[in-house]
Formats: sequence, C-alpha cells, structure tokens
Amino acid sequence: MTTMTTTPASRVSTPPARPAARPRFRGLRHAAVLAKRTLIKIARTPEQLIDVTLQPIIFLLLFTYVFGGALGGGSQHDYLEFLLPGLLGQTIAMSSISIGQNMNGDIAKGVFDRFRSLPIARSAPLVGAVLAEFFRYLLLCVIMIGFGYVLGFRIATNPMALLAALGIAICFALSFAWVSVWVGMKVRTPGAVQGVMFLLVLPLSFGSNTFVKASTMPGWLQAFVNVNPISHLVSAVRGLMLGGPVAVPVAWTFAWIAGLLVVFFPLALRAYIRRT
Amino acid sequence: MTDLVIEATGLTKSFGETRALAGVNLAARRGSVHAVLGPNGAGKTTAIRILATLLRPDGGTARVNGFDVRREPEKVRDSIGLTGQFASVDEDLTGMQNLVMIGQLLDLSKRAARERAAELLDWFDLTEAANRMAKNYSGGMRRRLDLAASLVGRPSVIFLDEPTTGLDPAKREDMWDVVRSLVSDGSTVLLTTQYLDEADALADEITVFNHGKVIAHDTPNGLKRVVGGQRLTIRPADPARYDDLLVLLAHVDTPGGRAPEADGRGTVTIQVDGDEVLPDIVARLRAAGLAVDEFSLHLPSLDEVFFTLTGTRSQDTEEVAA
Repeated sequence: MTTMTTTPASRVSTPPARPAARPRFRGLRHAAVLAKRTLIKIARTPEQLIDVTLQPIIFLLLFTYVFGGALGGGSQHDYLEFLLPGLLGQTIAMSSISIGQNMNGDIAKGVFDRFRSLPIARSAPLVGAVLAEFFRYLLLCVIMIGFGYVLGFRIATNPMALLAALGIAICFALSFAWVSVWVGMKVRTPGAVQGVMFLLVLPLSFGSNTFVKASTMPGWLQAFVNVNPISHLVSAVRGLMLGGPVAVPVAWTFAWIAGLLVVFFPLALRAYIRRT
Repeated sequence: MTDLVIEATGLTKSFGETRALAGVNLAARRGSVHAVLGPNGAGKTTAIRILATLLRPDGGTARVNGFDVRREPEKVRDSIGLTGQFASVDEDLTGMQNLVMIGQLLDLSKRAARERAAELLDWFDLTEAANRMAKNYSGGMRRRLDLAASLVGRPSVIFLDEPTTGLDPAKREDMWDVVRSLVSDGSTVLLTTQYLDEADALADEITVFNHGKVIAHDTPNGLKRVVGGQRLTIRPADPARYDDLLVLLAHVDTPGGRAPEADGRGTVTIQVDGDEVLPDIVARLRAAGLAVDEFSLHLPSLDEVFFTLTGTRSQDTEEVAA
C-alpha cells in the first residue's frame, strides 16, 4: 500500500450532506438496510441455511418412513399427508433457534458500537435481523412443500389456502424468533442459546399434534398439547392444506403471535439495551 | 464559555467494584482538538463511551453540541462520529458495503450513500480494497475504514479512541494529517492517546487522566512547562564510560537544576529547555573524548509525565516492573 493521500478535507466535505428532511418510514428503511447486512452475511456462510434446507428434508424422510408404516395404518402416503403440515410448523419453530445464537455472537463485535452511536432506533439492528429471517423461513417452506410433492404429498384444498398456511407459519416463526433473540441477549455464549432454546422448543414441538393426534395421548398430556402454540399452528396449517376446521386454530395462532410479540419484543429490546 | 461543544462535569461510572470514572470534568471548544492522555485503565474509553451515548454515567452531567447525553441521546447521536479502539466495522462486509450501509442508516439515498462511500474510500486510499471483505484488511486499513465509517455523516463532533495505537509510525503521521484536516473543516475532535507527543502534535488542550480522575488540564505548552519540556537521551558507545557521561552531564545547566537520570538501560536522560544547549553538550562530549551511540531529543514519555505529575510511575509500568 502507498501512504494515504491527504487530500484537503474541504474537497471531501462538499455536498451531498445528509438530507434535511427525514424520509418517511425511516425505521422500516433502517431495519431493511440492517436485514440486508444479515442476508449478505448468510450468503457468505451458506452453512447457516442447513436448518432450513437439509434439516426439513431429513426430517420429512425419516418421520415418513420410520413412523409412517406404524402410524399411518400401513400407508406411508397417508401419514405423509398428515405429517407434512405438522412438520412444517415444527421445523419453522426450530429454525428460529439460530437467530438468537447468531445475534449472541454478533453483538459482541465492534460494529454494534457503531450502530449504537448512530441516530437510528435502538431496535433497528434487532428488527433488521428478524426481518432477514423471513427469507430463511420462506426457503424452508419452498423446500418442505417442494420435497413433499416429490414424495407424493398433495394439498386437498387450493393454492390460496396453501399460501395462507405458509403465511401463518412464517408469521408465527417471526414472532417466535423474538424469544430466541431475547435468550440470545440474556445468556453468555451462542452454545448456551442453543441449549436453552432446545429445552424450550423440544417439548413444544414433540408435545404437540405434529406426529400423532392428541386424542391418542393421556389426559394430562392432552391438556398440554391443547394449549401448546405449536399445536394451534399445526392445526391451522393442516386445516388450510387438507381441509377441515380452520377458524378456531387460526384465531388461536394469531393470538399467540400477538402475545409472543407483546411480551418478547420489549424483553429482547431491553436486554439488548442493557447489554454493553 | 459559550462555544463549548463538549461539556462534562463530575462524571462517575463504576463497573461492579471497579471505579472507572471518579468525577471527571472535560470541556472542548468548537473547532478544537482535545486530547485525553492516560495509561490503560485510566478511564479514557469509558469517558468517550459516555459522551458518545453508548454508556450511561452513574453520576454527573455531560452535554455534546448542547444536548444532554442522558436526556437527549438521539440528538447527540445526530452530530457525532465514533471511532473505537477496536475497529467498529463489519468484518463480513466489504469496505464499500460497510460505508454504504452507514450512509443508508443516516438516511442518504442509495446513490448518495454510494457516492459518499466512494469519496471516503478514495480519501483513505482504500479504493483498491473497496470490494474486499474487511476481515482481509490489514490493521491499518481497518483503522482507516473505521474512521471513514465515522465520517460518513459529516459529524461536527468526532470521538477517536486511541486512533493510532498499533499503527506503524508512517501511518501514524497520516492519521495525524487526517485529524488536522478534520479540524480545519470546523469539526471538533476529542481523542484519547497514551502518547504525549501525539497529544502535543495535535491537541489545543490536553486533559490527563489517572485512575478515573483528572490530574492535569492544560495546553500542550503549559503541560510541557510542568513536566519539563524536552528530554535528551544519550548512550555512550563504550558502556564502561557510563559513569563519565553521568558526571559530564551533571555539569550541564538543566531547567530546575534536575540531575541526569540513569535509567539502568545504558542511557542517561536529562531535561533540556530546547536545542540551544545541544552544541554545548556536543562540545563537552568531544572534549572528553566520549563517543556516543544514541543522542536523541524527545518529549517526555507518558511514564515520565506521570512521574512528574504524580510522583509515581504509571500503573502499567508498575505491572511490567513487578
């Protein structure tokens, strides 16, 4: 490298200066800029996509062919029809674990000092990171449905209902991600985030109606399954893909989405602000 | 008193048991360079982080550009740029992506952000590296990118936390030139440093920190008057003649009549008023037939400043010596 050229700063300081008027939707723009940052980082390390690409394929294969014979009354195809909507709900909740892990490592880096010194909302880096998750969840949906179709899965309703099902699943995951962000801000290491989140997600995803109908379980477990948000999500997605009652599980799912946001967004933000 | 851009009074901050700041006052006039001088752990970084609204003080008040850092942090952030001790850039992004991101976060349009980024990359001689990831930059390049990132929004107050630590001497001078040109543009710069020569070269005023307290505040000339101006260090070519050198130098007139200091590393240091005394010393050396390996005029080191101001060596040296 040659030595730095020391042009008089006056040349550098010519306009355009910062706009006098603040643009509309500033907060959203900032979040979008920071979401793009996350996406660039994901593109540089595609391993970060394993949980939304390979993992759903492996789960779909394993559960269909390991359990399908026993649980589907001998027909793996029937079980696949039952399983896939449930598995979508389960894996999308599981894939929200990684955001807390990534943010836990990311926040220790110097660039967060820069964000804190800029005139942007304190929440912008967090909202940006969660927005970037949208693309991961979308990818998961495409892979799950696409691979399901290869295995013989068919929706019994219509494409609009399918889109609605995927939309609800993504919305749920985006709000559930705040739990992960909060944990990510609270614990010390990325590994600990994973540990805590697995403890939370595992009972929620298996203690649900994902793999078998709740009616086959003992009463005390049914009580848990029936309030489990993942069960509501799975029922909603299943109803929208295969037909059947939809209104009640969709309403419950949105109630959970709102509840998770109201509780965990402020908690995550507060934990982020306090973490120095 | 009207044009103070940075005004801090009685700042305190503790981290658990550790008292990082124990009541610190700071004031910087618009368009000036203010240096905070002190060893590691003196509280310099904590003070900068409070003024840049990254940390809340436990006590005391601070205003930047007239805005209270506690009550109006958003307004403070509107006019400041911060360059941290550890480069605050995103390692996985290229130099260009880093600067464009900051520009867009400062509400520049994508195009304006790109133009501003290109301009800064050019100024900091990073154009060639613009599309390489910052993790592949050298330490000096990362520093420059970091400084460029803090200048994207043309801040009127710039905080530089040890901007030259770890840079080689040539890059250090470049950084000094950058600081000077920022001030010539009307910005105010608050920088921290461990080097008196850096503070002397750049600052209009110097505040010396030790253990979270201000132990001196003066202009560079005022501070040098107190700590004794320049030092002359001489190393005899023949170590056996070390004592002869000590005796010889004891006869030289020094400010305050202080005795030559033997540092035990084969050199002798005396305080001098300026370079007028040098011909006399050279003549004495020649008359005595004393050949020298080293004959250097320099400002006191931080260690020497602290020795003069506090009567003890700075804490770092204690640790090294222990």
